[in-house]
Amino acid sequence: MKHSTSCKPQTGLHREGGRAATGPYSPYGEEAHSDADKASNWRYNFGYLDENTKRMLRRGLLKAVAIPGYQVPFGSREMPLPYGWGTGGIQLTASLIGRQDVLKVIDQGADDTTNAVNIRRFFGRVCGVDTTEKSADATLIQTRHRIPETPLKAGQIVVFQVPEPEPLRLLEASEVETRKLHAHQEYGLMHVKLYEDIARFGHIATSYDYPVRVNGRYLASPSPIPKFDNPKLHQSPALLLFGAGREKRLYAIPPYTDVDSLAFDDHPFEIQAWDTSCALCGSHDSYLDEIVTDDAGSRMFVCSDTDYCTSRREDAR
Amino acid sequence: MKPILQVKQLAKRYGDRYGCRDVNFELYEGEVLCIVGESGSGKSTLLATLAGRLAADEGEVTFRDANGDWHELSTLAEAERRRLARTEWGFVTQHARDGLRMGVSAGANVSERLMALGHRHYGQLRATAAEWLEKVEIGAERLDDPPSRFSGGMQQRLQIARNLVTRPRLVFMDEPTGGLDVSVQARFLDLLRRLVHESGVAVIMVTHDLGVARLLAHRTLVMQQGRVVEAGLTDQILDDPQHPYTQLLVSSIVQA
Ligand SMILES: Nc1ncnc2c1ncn2[C@@H]1O[C@H](COP(=O)(O)OP(=O)(O)O)[C@@H](O)[C@H]1O
Ligand SMILES: [Mg+2]
Ligand SMILES: [Zn+2]
Repeated sequence: MKHSTSCKPQTGLHREGGRAATGPYSPYGEEAHSDADKASNWRYNFGYLDENTKRMLRRGLLKAVAIPGYQVPFGSREMPLPYGWGTGGIQLTASLIGRQDVLKVIDQGADDTTNAVNIRRFFGRVCGVDTTEKSADATLIQTRHRIPETPLKAGQIVVFQVPEPEPLRLLEASEVETRKLHAHQEYGLMHVKLYEDIARFGHIATSYDYPVRVNGRYLASPSPIPKFDNPKLHQSPALLLFGAGREKRLYAIPPYTDVDSLAFDDHPFEIQAWDTSCALCGSHDSYLDEIVTDDAGSRMFVCSDTDYCTSRREDAR
Repeated sequence: MKPILQVKQLAKRYGDRYGCRDVNFELYEGEVLCIVGESGSGKSTLLATLAGRLAADEGEVTFRDANGDWHELSTLAEAERRRLARTEWGFVTQHARDGLRMGVSAGANVSERLMALGHRHYGQLRATAAEWLEKVEIGAERLDDPPSRFSGGMQQRLQIARNLVTRPRLVFMDEPTGGLDVSVQARFLDLLRRLVHESGVAVIMVTHDLGVARLLAHRTLVMQQGRVVEAGLTDQILDDPQHPYTQLLVSSIVQA
Protein backbone atom coordinates (compact mmCIF):
# COMPACT_ATOMS: atom_id res chain seq x y z
CA MET A 1 0.00 0.00 0.00
CA LYS A 2 1.47 3.32 -1.06
CA HIS A 3 0.51 6.65 0.42
CA SER A 4 0.92 9.33 -2.16
CA THR A 5 0.98 12.78 -0.74
CA SER A 6 -0.81 15.79 -2.14
CA CYS A 7 2.15 18.15 -2.31
CA LYS A 8 4.42 15.83 -4.25
CA PRO A 9 6.28 17.84 -6.91
CA GLN A 10 5.65 16.93 -10.54
CA THR A 11 8.05 14.27 -11.66
CA GLY A 12 10.59 15.23 -14.29
CA LEU A 13 11.19 18.68 -12.85
CA HIS A 14 14.68 19.20 -11.44
CA ARG A 15 14.92 15.92 -9.66
CA GLU A 16 17.77 15.51 -7.28
CA GLY A 17 20.38 13.05 -8.45
CA GLY A 18 20.18 10.47 -5.72
CA ARG A 19 20.53 10.69 -2.01
CA ALA A 20 22.49 13.60 -0.72
CA ALA A 21 24.70 11.63 1.64
CA THR A 22 25.82 9.22 -1.06
CA GLY A 23 25.53 11.26 -4.24
CA PRO A 24 27.42 14.42 -5.08
CA TYR A 25 26.19 17.37 -3.07
CA SER A 26 25.27 20.51 -4.93
CA PRO A 27 25.27 23.69 -2.87
CA TYR A 28 22.75 25.14 -5.34
CA GLY A 29 20.54 22.08 -5.30
CA GLU A 30 17.72 23.62 -3.36
CA GLU A 31 17.61 26.97 -5.16
CA ALA A 32 17.38 25.02 -8.38
CA HIS A 33 14.10 23.65 -7.11
CA SER A 34 12.55 26.98 -6.34
CA ASP A 35 10.15 26.90 -9.25
CA ALA A 36 8.89 23.51 -8.44
CA ASP A 37 8.71 24.52 -4.82
CA LYS A 38 6.59 27.56 -5.57
CA ALA A 39 4.38 25.53 -7.83
CA SER A 40 3.61 23.08 -5.06
CA ASN A 41 3.34 25.72 -2.33
CA TRP A 42 6.21 24.55 -0.13
CA ARG A 43 6.29 26.21 3.22
CA TYR A 44 9.61 24.78 4.36
CA ASN A 45 12.97 24.04 2.86
CA PHE A 46 13.04 20.54 1.38
CA GLY A 47 13.29 18.19 4.35
CA TYR A 48 12.39 20.98 6.81
CA LEU A 49 15.98 21.61 7.98
CA ASP A 50 18.04 24.34 6.31
CA GLU A 51 20.91 23.26 4.10
CA ASN A 52 23.65 24.22 6.55
CA THR A 53 22.13 22.08 9.26
CA LYS A 54 21.78 19.16 6.86
CA ARG A 55 25.39 19.54 5.83
CA MET A 56 26.47 19.57 9.47
CA LEU A 57 24.48 16.40 10.10
CA ARG A 58 25.88 14.67 7.01
CA ARG A 59 29.39 15.53 8.08
CA GLY A 60 28.60 13.94 11.44
CA LEU A 61 27.15 10.89 9.70
CA LEU A 62 30.23 10.47 7.52
CA LYS A 63 32.38 10.51 10.63
CA ALA A 64 30.03 8.05 12.31
CA VAL A 65 30.26 5.67 9.34
CA ALA A 66 34.04 5.97 9.36
CA ILE A 67 34.18 5.01 13.06
CA PRO A 68 31.47 2.36 13.50
CA GLY A 69 29.69 2.60 16.86
CA TYR A 70 31.41 5.83 17.90
CA GLN A 71 29.07 8.52 19.22
CA VAL A 72 29.51 11.72 17.26
CA PRO A 73 28.19 14.92 18.89
CA PHE A 74 26.02 17.18 16.77
CA GLY A 75 24.21 20.48 17.20
CA SER A 76 20.67 19.22 17.62
CA ARG A 77 18.05 21.63 16.26
CA GLU A 78 14.66 22.55 17.61
CA MET A 79 12.16 20.33 15.87
CA PRO A 80 8.41 20.81 15.71
CA LEU A 81 7.89 18.04 18.24
CA PRO A 82 9.23 17.38 21.74
CA TYR A 83 12.26 15.27 22.67
CA GLY A 84 11.28 11.68 23.15
CA TRP A 85 9.23 11.73 19.96
CA GLY A 86 12.12 10.88 17.71
CA THR A 87 13.72 14.26 17.13
CA GLY A 88 17.15 12.67 16.68
CA GLY A 89 15.88 10.21 14.10
CA ILE A 90 13.87 12.88 12.32
CA GLN A 91 16.90 15.12 11.96
CA LEU A 92 18.94 12.30 10.46
CA THR A 93 16.14 11.39 8.10
CA ALA A 94 15.73 15.04 7.13
CA SER A 95 19.42 15.34 6.33
CA LEU A 96 19.40 12.20 4.17
CA ILE A 97 16.10 12.19 2.39
CA GLY A 98 16.06 12.90 -1.36
CA ARG A 99 13.18 13.32 -3.73
CA GLN A 100 13.43 9.77 -5.02
CA ASP A 101 13.38 8.19 -1.61
CA VAL A 102 10.52 6.05 -0.46
CA LEU A 103 10.03 6.43 3.26
CA LYS A 104 8.67 3.97 5.78
CA VAL A 105 8.14 4.86 9.43
CA ILE A 106 7.79 2.23 12.14
CA ASP A 107 6.79 2.65 15.74
CA GLN A 108 6.78 -0.54 17.86
CA GLY A 109 6.70 -2.54 14.64
CA ALA A 110 3.57 -0.82 13.34
CA ASP A 111 3.12 1.79 10.65
CA ASP A 112 -0.23 3.05 11.91
CA THR A 113 0.55 4.28 15.43
CA THR A 114 0.23 8.01 16.12
CA ASN A 115 3.95 8.60 16.23
CA ALA A 116 4.62 6.76 12.98
CA VAL A 117 1.71 8.43 11.21
CA ASN A 118 2.81 11.88 12.38
CA ILE A 119 6.41 11.45 11.30
CA ARG A 120 5.36 10.00 7.94
CA ARG A 121 2.90 12.85 7.40
CA PHE A 122 5.56 15.37 8.43
CA PHE A 123 7.97 14.16 5.77
CA GLY A 124 5.16 13.90 3.26
CA ARG A 125 4.49 17.57 3.88
CA VAL A 126 8.05 18.91 3.98
CA CYS A 127 9.52 16.73 1.20
CA GLY A 128 6.64 15.36 -0.79
CA VAL A 129 8.35 12.01 -1.05
CA ASP A 130 6.58 8.70 -1.54
CA THR A 131 5.88 6.78 1.62
CA THR A 132 5.20 3.11 2.03
CA GLU A 133 4.41 0.49 4.64
CA LYS A 134 6.24 -2.21 2.71
CA SER A 135 9.73 -2.75 4.13
CA ALA A 136 10.92 -4.14 0.82
CA ASP A 137 9.80 -1.02 -1.10
CA ALA A 138 11.37 1.51 1.26
CA THR A 139 14.74 3.11 0.62
CA LEU A 140 14.72 4.89 3.95
CA ILE A 141 13.18 3.46 7.11
CA GLN A 142 12.86 5.46 10.29
CA THR A 143 12.13 3.26 13.25
CA ARG A 144 11.46 3.19 16.93
CA HIS A 145 11.65 -0.13 18.84
CA ARG A 146 11.89 -2.59 15.94
CA ILE A 147 13.84 -3.75 12.90
CA PRO A 148 11.57 -5.17 10.18
CA GLU A 149 11.29 -8.95 9.93
CA THR A 150 11.72 -8.72 6.16
CA PRO A 151 15.49 -8.93 5.68
CA LEU A 152 17.08 -5.57 4.94
CA LYS A 153 18.73 -5.06 1.57
CA ALA A 154 21.86 -3.36 0.33
CA GLY A 155 21.06 0.26 -0.47
CA GLN A 156 18.49 0.66 2.27
CA ILE A 157 19.09 3.01 5.18
CA VAL A 158 17.52 2.47 8.59
CA VAL A 159 17.37 5.43 10.97
CA PHE A 160 16.85 4.49 14.62
CA GLN A 161 15.36 6.84 17.19
CA VAL A 162 17.54 6.71 20.30
CA PRO A 163 16.55 8.04 23.72
CA GLU A 164 19.88 7.21 25.47
CA PRO A 165 22.90 6.66 23.22
CA GLU A 166 25.28 5.82 26.08
CA PRO A 167 25.05 2.16 27.12
CA LEU A 168 27.23 2.82 30.18
CA ARG A 169 25.11 5.72 31.44
CA LEU A 170 23.12 3.77 34.02
CA LEU A 171 26.35 2.73 35.71
CA GLU A 172 28.44 5.82 35.11
CA ALA A 173 26.71 9.19 35.28
CA SER A 174 29.70 11.27 34.22
CA GLU A 175 30.00 11.96 30.50
CA VAL A 176 33.71 12.76 30.93
CA GLU A 177 34.26 9.35 32.44
CA THR A 178 32.20 7.39 29.87
CA ARG A 179 34.15 9.10 27.07
CA LYS A 180 37.37 7.88 28.70
CA LEU A 181 35.99 4.36 29.06
CA HIS A 182 35.20 4.33 25.34
CA ALA A 183 38.55 5.83 24.43
CA HIS A 184 40.40 3.15 26.36
CA GLN A 185 37.95 0.32 25.56
CA GLU A 186 37.36 -0.23 29.24
CA TYR A 187 34.07 -2.01 29.01
CA GLY A 188 34.20 -4.23 32.11
CA LEU A 189 31.49 -2.01 33.53
CA MET A 190 28.94 -3.21 30.99
CA HIS A 191 29.47 -6.74 32.22
CA VAL A 192 28.80 -5.50 35.75
CA LYS A 193 25.28 -4.77 34.57
CA LEU A 194 24.89 -8.21 33.00
CA TYR A 195 26.40 -9.82 36.13
CA GLU A 196 23.78 -8.07 38.24
CA ASP A 197 21.04 -9.33 35.95
CA ILE A 198 22.12 -12.93 36.42
CA ALA A 199 22.68 -12.50 40.16
CA ARG A 200 19.17 -11.12 40.54
CA PHE A 201 17.11 -13.04 38.00
CA GLY A 202 19.17 -16.12 37.23
CA HIS A 203 19.62 -15.06 33.63
CA ILE A 204 20.46 -11.94 31.64
CA ALA A 205 17.14 -10.17 32.04
CA THR A 206 17.99 -7.23 29.78
CA SER A 207 15.60 -7.77 26.90
CA TYR A 208 15.55 -4.35 25.22
CA ASP A 209 18.42 -2.05 24.34
CA TYR A 210 20.77 -4.99 24.80
CA PRO A 211 24.36 -3.68 24.54
CA VAL A 212 26.49 -4.56 21.53
CA ARG A 213 30.12 -4.29 20.51
CA VAL A 214 30.43 -2.80 17.03
CA ASN A 215 33.25 -3.92 14.74
CA GLY A 216 35.10 -5.33 17.75
CA ARG A 217 35.66 -1.83 19.05
CA TYR A 218 32.96 0.49 20.34
CA LEU A 219 30.32 -0.50 22.82
CA ALA A 220 26.97 0.82 21.61
CA SER A 221 23.29 0.90 22.38
CA PRO A 222 21.19 -0.67 19.62
CA SER A 223 18.36 1.67 20.75
CA PRO A 224 15.37 0.15 22.57
CA ILE A 225 14.79 -2.63 20.06
CA PRO A 226 14.11 -6.06 21.58
CA LYS A 227 17.23 -8.21 21.79
CA PHE A 228 15.34 -10.40 19.31
CA ASP A 229 16.43 -7.85 16.69
CA ASN A 230 20.11 -7.71 17.70
CA PRO A 231 21.20 -10.48 15.29
CA LYS A 232 19.78 -8.40 12.43
CA LEU A 233 22.40 -5.74 13.18
CA HIS A 234 25.24 -8.16 12.53
CA GLN A 235 26.55 -8.03 8.95
CA SER A 236 23.45 -6.15 7.84
CA PRO A 237 23.54 -5.23 4.13
CA ALA A 238 21.75 -1.97 5.00
CA LEU A 239 23.30 1.15 6.48
CA LEU A 240 22.14 1.57 10.09
CA LEU A 241 22.12 5.08 11.57
CA PHE A 242 21.24 6.12 15.09
CA GLY A 243 20.11 9.56 16.23
CA ALA A 244 19.59 10.84 19.79
CA GLY A 245 18.02 14.33 19.75
CA ARG A 246 18.07 15.21 23.42
CA GLU A 247 21.57 13.82 23.97
CA LYS A 248 22.78 15.31 20.66
CA ARG A 249 24.62 12.19 19.53
CA LEU A 250 24.57 10.17 16.35
CA TYR A 251 26.33 6.94 15.47
CA ALA A 252 26.36 4.34 12.73
CA ILE A 253 26.72 0.68 11.90
CA PRO A 254 27.88 0.60 8.27
CA PRO A 255 26.80 -2.27 6.00
CA TYR A 256 28.43 -5.64 6.63
CA THR A 257 29.84 -4.74 10.02
CA ASP A 258 30.32 -7.27 12.83
CA VAL A 259 27.97 -6.60 15.73
CA ASP A 260 28.26 -8.79 18.82
CA SER A 261 25.83 -8.88 21.71
CA LEU A 262 27.67 -9.03 25.03
CA ALA A 263 27.34 -12.17 27.13
CA PHE A 264 29.10 -14.55 29.49
CA ASP A 265 30.65 -17.85 28.43
CA ASP A 266 28.21 -19.74 30.63
CA HIS A 267 25.26 -17.40 29.88
CA PRO A 268 25.41 -16.92 26.11
CA PHE A 269 23.32 -14.35 24.29
CA GLU A 270 19.86 -15.65 23.46
CA ILE A 271 16.91 -14.05 21.71
CA GLN A 272 13.33 -14.18 22.85
CA ALA A 273 11.36 -17.23 21.78
CA TRP A 274 7.65 -18.05 21.98
CA ASP A 275 6.01 -21.44 22.27
CA THR A 276 3.26 -20.27 19.99
CA SER A 277 3.08 -18.82 16.50
CA CYS A 278 1.34 -15.71 15.16
CA ALA A 279 -2.44 -16.11 15.48
CA LEU A 280 -2.94 -14.18 12.23
CA CYS A 281 -0.26 -15.37 9.81
CA GLY A 282 1.14 -18.42 11.58
CA SER A 283 4.72 -17.18 11.55
CA HIS A 284 7.01 -19.18 13.85
CA ASP A 285 9.97 -16.87 13.72
CA SER A 286 8.77 -13.32 14.07
CA TYR A 287 8.65 -11.17 17.20
CA LEU A 288 5.22 -11.57 18.80
CA ASP A 289 3.14 -9.10 20.79
CA GLU A 290 0.45 -10.25 23.16
CA ILE A 291 -2.77 -8.37 22.51
CA VAL A 292 -6.13 -8.31 24.27
CA THR A 293 -8.88 -9.09 21.80
CA ASP A 294 -12.10 -8.45 23.71
CA ASP A 295 -13.58 -7.07 26.91
CA ALA A 296 -13.45 -10.52 28.46
CA GLY A 297 -9.66 -10.30 28.40
CA SER A 298 -9.04 -12.88 25.72
CA ARG A 299 -5.50 -12.71 24.46
CA MET A 300 -3.58 -13.74 21.42
CA PHE A 301 -0.07 -13.48 20.06
CA VAL A 302 0.44 -11.66 16.79
CA CYS A 303 3.42 -10.35 14.83
CA SER A 304 4.64 -7.00 16.09
CA ASP A 305 5.72 -6.18 12.51
CA THR A 306 2.34 -5.38 10.92
CA ASP A 307 3.72 -5.12 7.38
CA TYR A 308 5.33 -8.53 7.65
CA CYS A 309 2.16 -10.08 9.04
CA THR A 310 -0.11 -8.49 6.41
CA SER A 311 2.20 -9.49 3.55
CA ARG A 312 2.28 -13.09 4.72
CA ARG A 313 -1.51 -13.20 4.86
CA GLU A 314 -1.81 -11.61 1.42
CA ASP A 315 0.69 -14.06 0.00
CA ALA A 316 -1.20 -16.98 1.51
CA ARG A 317 -4.41 -15.94 -0.25
CA MET B 1 64.91 -7.82 46.30
CA LYS B 2 64.31 -5.35 43.55
CA PRO B 3 62.52 -2.03 43.77
CA ILE B 4 59.18 -1.84 41.95
CA LEU B 5 58.86 1.92 42.36
CA GLN B 6 61.51 4.63 42.22
CA VAL B 7 60.65 8.20 43.14
CA LYS B 8 63.06 11.05 42.42
CA GLN B 9 62.69 14.73 43.32
CA LEU B 10 58.94 14.45 42.94
CA ALA B 11 56.83 17.59 43.28
CA LYS B 12 53.20 18.53 42.68
CA ARG B 13 52.07 22.17 42.68
CA TYR B 14 48.66 23.73 43.16
CA GLY B 15 49.05 27.08 41.46
CA ASP B 16 52.23 28.54 42.91
CA ARG B 17 52.06 26.48 46.12
CA TYR B 18 53.55 23.03 46.47
CA GLY B 19 51.24 20.18 47.51
CA CYS B 20 54.34 18.05 47.97
CA ARG B 21 57.98 18.50 46.95
CA ASP B 22 61.48 17.00 46.97
CA VAL B 23 60.19 13.47 47.54
CA ASN B 24 62.70 10.65 47.02
CA PHE B 25 62.33 6.97 47.89
CA GLU B 26 62.30 3.44 46.56
CA LEU B 27 59.69 0.80 47.25
CA TYR B 28 60.49 -2.90 47.15
CA GLU B 29 58.36 -5.87 46.17
CA GLY B 30 55.99 -6.85 48.97
CA GLU B 31 56.99 -3.87 51.07
CA VAL B 32 54.49 -1.85 53.12
CA LEU B 33 55.27 1.84 53.29
CA CYS B 34 53.27 4.30 55.36
CA ILE B 35 53.13 8.02 54.68
CA VAL B 36 52.39 9.74 57.98
CA GLY B 37 51.69 13.36 58.74
CA GLU B 38 49.06 15.77 59.97
CA SER B 39 46.12 16.93 57.90
CA GLY B 40 47.21 19.16 55.02
CA SER B 41 50.81 17.94 55.01
CA GLY B 42 50.52 16.68 51.42
CA LYS B 43 50.01 12.95 51.93
CA SER B 44 47.03 12.55 49.59
CA THR B 45 48.69 14.75 47.01
CA LEU B 46 51.80 12.61 47.09
CA LEU B 47 49.80 9.37 46.89
CA ALA B 48 47.73 10.55 43.92
CA THR B 49 50.87 11.71 42.15
CA LEU B 50 52.56 8.35 42.75
CA ALA B 51 49.53 6.58 41.28
CA GLY B 52 49.54 8.86 38.26
CA ARG B 53 46.13 10.25 39.18
CA LEU B 54 47.72 13.68 39.40
CA ALA B 55 50.42 14.72 36.94
CA ALA B 56 53.77 15.47 38.58
CA ASP B 57 55.20 18.96 38.04
CA GLU B 58 58.78 18.03 38.86
CA GLY B 59 60.80 14.85 39.20
CA GLU B 60 59.80 11.34 38.26
CA VAL B 61 58.01 8.19 39.33
CA THR B 62 59.19 4.97 37.71
CA PHE B 63 57.33 1.68 38.06
CA ARG B 64 58.60 -1.77 37.18
CA ASP B 65 55.86 -4.02 35.79
CA ALA B 66 55.48 -7.78 36.11
CA ASN B 67 57.58 -8.29 32.96
CA GLY B 68 60.41 -6.29 34.47
CA ASP B 69 59.89 -3.26 32.18
CA TRP B 70 60.22 0.19 33.71
CA HIS B 71 57.64 2.92 33.08
CA GLU B 72 58.11 6.58 33.92
CA LEU B 73 54.65 7.89 34.64
CA SER B 74 55.02 11.40 33.25
CA THR B 75 55.97 10.06 29.82
CA LEU B 76 53.47 7.22 29.89
CA ALA B 77 50.46 7.45 27.56
CA GLU B 78 47.13 7.69 29.38
CA ALA B 79 46.00 4.36 27.92
CA GLU B 80 49.13 2.66 29.21
CA ARG B 81 48.76 4.23 32.67
CA ARG B 82 45.18 3.04 32.85
CA ARG B 83 46.30 -0.44 31.83
CA LEU B 84 48.80 -0.49 34.70
CA ALA B 85 46.13 0.80 37.06
CA ARG B 86 43.87 -2.07 35.96
CA THR B 87 46.39 -4.86 35.92
CA GLU B 88 49.19 -4.04 38.35
CA TRP B 89 47.78 -1.55 40.86
CA GLY B 90 44.92 -1.10 43.23
CA PHE B 91 43.57 1.98 44.95
CA VAL B 92 41.65 1.99 48.22
CA THR B 93 40.00 5.26 49.18
CA GLN B 94 39.06 6.73 52.55
CA HIS B 95 35.40 7.03 51.61
CA ALA B 96 33.94 3.76 50.40
CA ARG B 97 31.55 5.56 48.05
CA ASP B 98 34.59 6.77 46.07
CA GLY B 99 36.03 3.28 45.76
CA LEU B 100 32.93 1.08 45.47
CA ARG B 101 29.87 0.93 43.27
CA MET B 102 27.24 1.41 45.92
CA GLY B 103 24.34 0.51 43.62
CA VAL B 104 25.45 -2.98 42.61
CA SER B 105 25.99 -6.14 44.66
CA ALA B 106 29.14 -6.98 46.59
CA GLY B 107 29.73 -9.81 44.13
CA ALA B 108 29.66 -7.42 41.19
CA ASN B 109 31.99 -5.05 43.04
CA VAL B 110 34.53 -7.81 43.52
CA SER B 111 34.08 -9.12 39.97
CA GLU B 112 34.38 -5.79 38.17
CA ARG B 113 38.14 -5.75 37.89
CA LEU B 114 38.21 -9.37 36.77
CA MET B 115 35.65 -8.59 34.07
CA ALA B 116 37.73 -5.59 33.04
CA LEU B 117 40.59 -8.02 32.48
CA GLY B 118 38.38 -10.11 30.23
CA HIS B 119 37.02 -12.80 32.56
CA ARG B 120 33.70 -13.93 31.07
CA HIS B 121 32.59 -16.96 33.03
CA TYR B 122 29.82 -15.94 35.39
CA GLY B 123 30.02 -19.08 37.51
CA GLN B 124 33.76 -18.67 38.06
CA LEU B 125 33.45 -14.95 38.75
CA ARG B 126 30.85 -15.65 41.36
CA ALA B 127 32.88 -18.39 42.98
CA THR B 128 35.93 -16.13 43.12
CA ALA B 129 33.90 -13.28 44.58
CA ALA B 130 32.44 -15.60 47.23
CA GLU B 131 35.92 -16.78 48.14
CA TRP B 132 37.09 -13.20 48.58
CA LEU B 133 34.09 -12.21 50.69
CA GLU B 134 35.08 -15.05 53.01
CA LYS B 135 38.69 -13.92 53.04
CA VAL B 136 37.76 -10.40 54.09
CA GLU B 137 35.34 -11.76 56.71
CA ILE B 138 32.18 -10.42 55.10
CA GLY B 139 30.87 -13.88 54.31
CA ALA B 140 29.80 -15.39 51.01
CA GLU B 141 26.14 -15.15 52.04
CA ARG B 142 26.34 -11.37 51.49
CA LEU B 143 27.35 -11.82 47.83
CA ASP B 144 24.14 -10.32 46.46
CA ASP B 145 23.80 -7.47 48.96
CA PRO B 146 24.78 -3.97 47.87
CA PRO B 147 27.55 -2.30 49.89
CA SER B 148 25.08 0.41 50.90
CA ARG B 149 23.74 -2.16 53.39
CA PHE B 150 27.19 -2.80 54.85
CA SER B 151 28.81 -1.22 57.90
CA GLY B 152 31.76 1.13 57.37
CA GLY B 153 34.23 -1.59 58.33
CA MET B 154 32.67 -4.07 55.91
CA GLN B 155 32.73 -1.51 53.13
CA GLN B 156 36.45 -0.98 53.61
CA ARG B 157 37.04 -4.72 53.65
CA LEU B 158 35.01 -4.99 50.45
CA GLN B 159 37.30 -2.38 48.88
CA ILE B 160 40.26 -4.55 49.85
CA ALA B 161 38.67 -7.62 48.24
CA ARG B 162 37.73 -5.67 45.12
CA ASN B 163 41.34 -4.55 44.73
CA LEU B 164 43.23 -7.68 45.71
CA VAL B 165 41.10 -10.06 43.63
CA THR B 166 43.19 -9.39 40.50
CA ARG B 167 46.43 -9.92 42.45
CA PRO B 168 47.91 -6.48 41.84
CA ARG B 169 51.58 -5.90 42.66
CA LEU B 170 51.08 -2.51 44.27
CA VAL B 171 48.10 -1.08 46.14
CA PHE B 172 47.72 2.57 47.12
CA MET B 173 45.57 3.31 50.15
CA ASP B 174 44.48 6.74 51.31
CA GLU B 175 43.48 6.67 54.98
CA PRO B 176 41.47 3.45 54.68
CA THR B 177 40.81 3.46 58.42
CA GLY B 178 40.06 7.17 58.59
CA GLY B 179 36.31 6.79 58.91
CA LEU B 180 36.31 3.76 61.21
CA ASP B 181 35.79 3.45 64.96
CA VAL B 182 38.88 2.48 66.88
CA SER B 183 37.57 -1.02 67.65
CA VAL B 184 36.65 -1.61 64.00
CA GLN B 185 40.00 -0.19 62.94
CA ALA B 186 41.94 -2.81 64.85
CA ARG B 187 40.10 -5.67 63.17
CA PHE B 188 40.54 -4.06 59.75
CA LEU B 189 44.28 -3.56 60.23
CA ASP B 190 44.69 -7.10 61.47
CA LEU B 191 42.98 -8.50 58.40
CA LEU B 192 44.90 -6.20 56.11
CA ARG B 193 48.22 -7.22 57.60
CA ARG B 194 47.38 -10.89 57.08
CA LEU B 195 46.19 -10.44 53.47
CA VAL B 196 49.16 -8.30 52.53
CA HIS B 197 51.50 -10.87 54.01
CA GLU B 198 49.76 -13.76 52.20
CA SER B 199 49.61 -12.07 48.82
CA GLY B 200 53.00 -10.41 48.87
CA VAL B 201 51.54 -7.21 47.46
CA ALA B 202 53.42 -3.95 48.03
CA VAL B 203 51.40 -1.22 49.74
CA ILE B 204 51.76 2.52 50.06
CA MET B 205 49.36 3.69 52.72
CA VAL B 206 48.59 7.21 53.80
CA THR B 207 47.60 7.70 57.41
CA HIS B 208 47.68 10.50 59.95
CA ASP B 209 48.14 7.89 62.65
CA LEU B 210 51.64 6.66 63.43
CA GLY B 211 49.98 3.84 65.37
CA VAL B 212 48.71 2.43 62.06
CA ALA B 213 52.21 2.61 60.64
CA ARG B 214 53.54 0.79 63.70
CA LEU B 215 51.17 -2.12 63.06
CA LEU B 216 51.68 -2.42 59.32
CA ALA B 217 54.62 -0.65 57.81
CA HIS B 218 58.13 -1.86 57.20
CA ARG B 219 59.14 1.68 56.43
CA THR B 220 57.60 5.07 57.09
CA LEU B 221 57.84 8.53 55.56
CA VAL B 222 56.94 11.45 57.81
CA MET B 223 55.60 14.49 56.01
CA GLN B 224 55.24 18.07 57.09
CA GLN B 225 54.21 20.97 54.92
CA GLY B 226 54.64 19.02 51.71
CA ARG B 227 58.12 17.69 52.47
CA VAL B 228 59.38 14.39 53.78
CA VAL B 229 61.05 15.37 57.04
CA GLU B 230 62.03 11.88 58.11
CA ALA B 231 62.17 8.48 56.43
CA GLY B 232 63.32 5.07 57.56
CA LEU B 233 62.42 1.73 59.06
CA THR B 234 59.26 2.18 61.10
CA ASP B 235 60.82 0.60 64.20
CA GLN B 236 63.79 2.96 64.03
CA ILE B 237 61.56 5.99 63.63
CA LEU B 238 59.50 4.93 66.63
CA ASP B 239 62.54 4.13 68.79
CA ASP B 240 64.68 7.05 67.83
CA PRO B 241 62.84 9.85 66.04
CA GLN B 242 65.23 12.50 64.73
CA HIS B 243 63.02 15.34 63.52
CA PRO B 244 61.19 17.40 66.18
CA TYR B 245 57.89 16.89 64.39
CA THR B 246 58.37 13.10 64.37
CA GLN B 247 59.31 13.23 68.05
CA LEU B 248 56.01 14.98 68.69
CA LEU B 249 54.09 12.31 66.74
CA VAL B 250 55.87 9.48 68.54
CA SER B 251 55.29 10.92 71.96
CA SER B 252 51.59 11.25 71.20
CA ILE B 253 51.16 7.56 70.31
CA VAL B 254 53.32 6.39 73.19
CA GLN B 255 50.94 8.20 75.52
CA ALA B 256 47.86 6.79 73.80
N1 LIG C 1 42.93 20.41 44.46
C1 LIG C 1 43.64 21.24 45.24
N2 LIG C 1 43.80 22.53 44.89
C2 LIG C 1 44.52 23.38 45.64
N3 LIG C 1 45.11 23.03 46.78
C3 LIG C 1 45.01 21.75 47.20
C4 LIG C 1 44.26 20.79 46.45
N4 LIG C 1 44.32 19.63 47.10
C5 LIG C 1 45.06 19.82 48.20
N5 LIG C 1 45.49 21.10 48.27
C6 LIG C 1 46.35 21.68 49.31
O1 LIG C 1 47.58 20.99 49.31
C7 LIG C 1 47.99 20.72 50.62
C8 LIG C 1 48.15 19.24 50.85
O2 LIG C 1 46.85 18.64 50.80
P1 LIG C 1 46.62 17.09 50.92
O3 LIG C 1 47.57 16.40 50.00
O4 LIG C 1 45.20 16.81 50.75
O5 LIG C 1 47.07 16.79 52.42
P2 LIG C 1 46.77 15.59 53.39
O6 LIG C 1 46.29 14.44 52.57
O7 LIG C 1 48.07 15.32 54.06
O8 LIG C 1 45.73 16.05 54.35
C9 LIG C 1 46.97 21.40 51.53
O9 LIG C 1 47.45 22.67 51.85
C10 LIG C 1 45.75 21.49 50.67
O10 LIG C 1 44.96 22.58 51.04
MG1 LIG D 1 44.43 13.35 52.70
ZN1 LIG E 1 1.82 -12.56 11.82
